[in-house]
Amino acid sequence: MNTAQWLGLFTGVLFGFLLQKGRVLRFDKQVGAMLLTDMTIFKFMLSAILVGMVGILWLSNMEIITLSHKPMNVGAVVLGGALFGAGWAIMGFCPGTSLGALGEGRWHAVFAILGMVAGAALYAELYPFFKATVLAWKDFGKIGLSESIHLSQWIILPLFWVGTIALFFWFEKKNL
Amino acid sequence: MKWKTEDGGWSPYLAGALVGLLAIASVLSTTQLLGKTSYLGASTTFVRAAGLFEQTIAADHVGSNEYFTKTKVRIDWQFMLVVGIVMGALISSTTDKSFRLESVPPTWEKRFGPSIGKRAAGAFAGGVIAMVGARLADGCPSGHGLSGMMQLSLSSFVALAMFFGVGVWVAHIVYGRGQS
Repeated sequence: MNTAQWLGLFTGVLFGFLLQKGRVLRFDKQVGAMLLTDMTIFKFMLSAILVGMVGILWLSNMEIITLSHKPMNVGAVVLGGALFGAGWAIMGFCPGTSLGALGEGRWHAVFAILGMVAGAALYAELYPFFKATVLAWKDFGKIGLSESIHLSQWIILPLFWVGTIALFFWFEKKNL
Repeated sequence: MKWKTEDGGWSPYLAGALVGLLAIASVLSTTQLLGKTSYLGASTTFVRAAGLFEQTIAADHVGSNEYFTKTKVRIDWQFMLVVGIVMGALISSTTDKSFRLESVPPTWEKRFGPSIGKRAAGAFAGGVIAMVGARLADGCPSGHGLSGMMQLSLSSFVALAMFFGVGVWVAHIVYGRGQS
């Protein structure tokens, strides 16, 4: 294995370990989030975003790392996001957590993983069609929120923190 | 607020914050060691896995497919990251005794019964739909939900709102009747 593969494996082991410790891999946690009865996934994801955001925006500002926005292709993000949401609700796993769920013994994740590999193969066949239709509608390119609403990221960042912390207090108050 | 959950897990706030630190360490280490910043993600790996599998039966077809060519079918950093997730979850769950062999999850069973066949069909069909969507949107809850949000990407805010918005709606339709 080369350096990239070893580094990926090492990072993945830590990622899988933390996903499992946070108890976010389970079908019932994922579907519980979508039924709005269990906020574990929201608490976990938002905590990760709050911490990661500070470091990543600062490192990119210092030009130590480069940001890599995914394109704001309207049809693709809206239609793709909707399809993902529907499939996610039925499957009860997302791509990363399906593998983790397998690791903690929830072996029915195998069917989800096989379905996703089949879905990826299907997308590769449908790509020319999507490229000529949905992907061709309107693409705003690889842009950040900050450029699109003309507000400095150093204003958005503290606002995001305050809003999220308020939400956390609300979750705890409501025992969600 | 407790740091440990009742079943021996960690508070989602703590585990999540540590994933935030891991995301920072990960962009730094990939930039320094590999010369290119890579962000946590998972769904592209499914394309590479599909390509690797198809190569064993129809190599020419994979070679001539535009999407496989664009994605580059190979075992890269993210592919091994995804493999690592299985190992990390296995280590964590076996050491804190939360490892369970589960064929049908409780919420599913409450609505659709204990049939493994039904669960398999649901998981497979959901997987196909979700992955077509993730490739179209160019990311999943890892790539958009975590990495994209951390960079304040416009597309990630929209994608995450669609993931959860439609997810909440469909989950209520699918499992609604099983809920008291």
